[in-house]
Amino acid sequence: MYRYDEFDHQFVRERTSQFADQAQRRLSGELTEDEFRPLRLMNGLYLQLHAYMLRIAIPYGTLSARQMRQLAMIARKWDKNYGHFTTRQNIQFNWIKLEDTAAILAALADVEMHAIQTSGNCIRNVTTDHWAGAAADEIADPRPVGELLRQWSSLHPEFSFLPRKFKIAVTGAPNDRAAVKVHDIGLRMHHDENGARGWEVMVGGGQGRTPVIAVTVRDFLPENELLAYLEAIMRVYNLYGRRDNKYKARIKILVHEIGPDKFRQEVEAEYAKRPKQETEVEEKELARIAAYFASPAFEKLSRWSARFEEARTGNKDFAQWVRTNIAAHRVDGYAIVNISLKPVGGIPGDASAEQMDVAADLAEKYSFGEVRVSHAQNLVLPHVKRDDLFAVWQALVAAEMATANYGLAGDIIACPGLDYCALATARAIPVSQSISRKFADIDWQQDIGPLKINISGCINACGHHHVGHIGILGLDKKGEEYYQITLGGSSSEEASIGSILGPGFAGPDVADAIEKIVNTYMGLRQPGEEFLSAYRRVGPQPFKEALYATA
Amino acid sequence: MPLLRLNGFVTDTWVHLGDADALPASGDIVVPYARLLREWEQLLKHDGRLGAVFPNIDRVEALTLFLPRLALIVLPFPSFTDGRAYSLARQLREIGYRGELRAAGNVLPDQLQFMRQVGFDSFDVSDRFEASVWLKASRQMSLAYQRGLYRPAGETEVWSERHREAEPWLEQPHAG
Repeated sequence: MYRYDEFDHQFVRERTSQFADQAQRRLSGELTEDEFRPLRLMNGLYLQLHAYMLRIAIPYGTLSARQMRQLAMIARKWDKNYGHFTTRQNIQFNWIKLEDTAAILAALADVEMHAIQTSGNCIRNVTTDHWAGAAADEIADPRPVGELLRQWSSLHPEFSFLPRKFKIAVTGAPNDRAAVKVHDIGLRMHHDENGARGWEVMVGGGQGRTPVIAVTVRDFLPENELLAYLEAIMRVYNLYGRRDNKYKARIKILVHEIGPDKFRQEVEAEYAKRPKQETEVEEKELARIAAYFASPAFEKLSRWSARFEEARTGNKDFAQWVRTNIAAHRVDGYAIVNISLKPVGGIPGDASAEQMDVAADLAEKYSFGEVRVSHAQNLVLPHVKRDDLFAVWQALVAAEMATANYGLAGDIIACPGLDYCALATARAIPVSQSISRKFADIDWQQDIGPLKINISGCINACGHHHVGHIGILGLDKKGEEYYQITLGGSSSEEASIGSILGPGFAGPDVADAIEKIVNTYMGLRQPGEEFLSAYRRVGPQPFKEALYATA
Repeated sequence: MPLLRLNGFVTDTWVHLGDADALPASGDIVVPYARLLREWEQLLKHDGRLGAVFPNIDRVEALTLFLPRLALIVLPFPSFTDGRAYSLARQLREIGYRGELRAAGNVLPDQLQFMRQVGFDSFDVSDRFEASVWLKASRQMSLAYQRGLYRPAGETEVWSERHREAEPWLEQPHAG
């Protein structure tokens, strides 16, 4: 894992004391709320419906056990004993007092964390594959580049007042788990015909009001030219992105309005002007960072673990969990453990301080001290010996973190919605809970197979409903919450935007509607055919008939 | 509006002309970009230095022809959230403009350091804050990760510092 050096420490300390000064001036009344607003937003502090919310960056979703324990401490000391992991691999604390924020940021700085640029019209926390460094299909660990981008984008003087927020995602594997095609910039590592590594650069994807799949502006960008090329993209966007309407200000609108070809020309023209000398230091810096992400000291193990097989045969619940929550590791004898933060009837992404401590303990004991946060609001122990899986599972069961629904119907992504968020038009959490309870039977979920259900409480789409296999959008119709259902979305390497199925449903009826959709799929699927494939084959008609046919 | 340079407030010696104001016989003058285009031949003969207010909507390449004659370029910030002028400033410095680069409009202390880093060296600011507030704000952070920024001595470029053996970034004249 990356460790701060003296410069990184000093940078975060200076930023923290600067913000402490600003918060003090707000508390003393020297700054009005209007003047304080842009300052606090640049440090991740939002004013929500009931309290301040602090959003803390978890760069590329990677945490050490020590950092996770510090988050637990913050939850205990300054929040209501829990935190909420978000779809940007960050964590939010929902019940923060303004006078405590300086102390919280200082506590974060102690463990090499911060809240810089988790908000505002700037480059946000870079996200990546939550299985980075562990996945069997990976070409290269994308986290060193994630760290390079974190540093490069931190307080970038040219790009801190963009037309709108800006999100970058990176994947080092062909199977895209980072949803790069629905980001402002998506980067996919691959090899050219000579075996050299480089990036496919995609621009203009996004969700929100106008969901768009990104277009490729460069098929292959040599690895060492990345920052110079990103500077060119950012400059074109900063100069020509729309600023007259905040709903048309994302880069996807610029790409769409001038067309991908013209956009590419502008970027390449700007790029051609960059001095060549830029790359040397960046290469050295990337190499310096990459050394921190060196592979942990894996033992030489057999692929076969007798202890694991014995436990699996002897315990049905463990076997059930193994079926869904374990993924293939690139090293023999190891596995990736996906910890579901989606208990039946729970709030997606919420974790108590005790649960965070359990995750930290398990990471320390079994996973080289590392935990990951996934954009699906779950946690990951990336490097667990197959021999240890049963012990890990037992500890997770005791902490109520062993729900065997990873990637299934109960693994719902939901934004905080109207229960917390000042922008929301409808609640997302109760709908998520009712669906979760409807599909409480894990055997049934496993029979249904991979299914992504995403819920957003407003059109801004923080719950990524556009790319859910089943997407649910909460809206307000004359003071009543109602929910629109879309089908066929995906954020994978074969990304697609879901289509609206028909008229919306009242909150209490949503879970039944989802059940009907799922039963329709179960009735028409071919052997081994997953929900999304089945939908793509048959289209919306059978689902419409099931939902809207008059009796 | 007081004029701020990097050491404190100074007196603005430039005469700011609108589109219709008569040209003075001599002295340093600033004109809107549109007037620069329209009256270029005449302005070339002016006895005194020449400056222009360049709007956010045109490309810096449009100024190439005029640059050797310009000693001041003013870039407006219609609001502090409108960041276009940061890119324009950097582009102007990149194509070799070495004269005074002034930020005008909604210029606030918390943005001052960013402005200086991209190449601005004078600032039309409100008289709401004392010089000390501005000067402190212009040095809030003592280090930056980006390279090739304008920075006073003592401010650290982190990556260059970490890799001293590498080829240094082409030295840029410090602003101010």
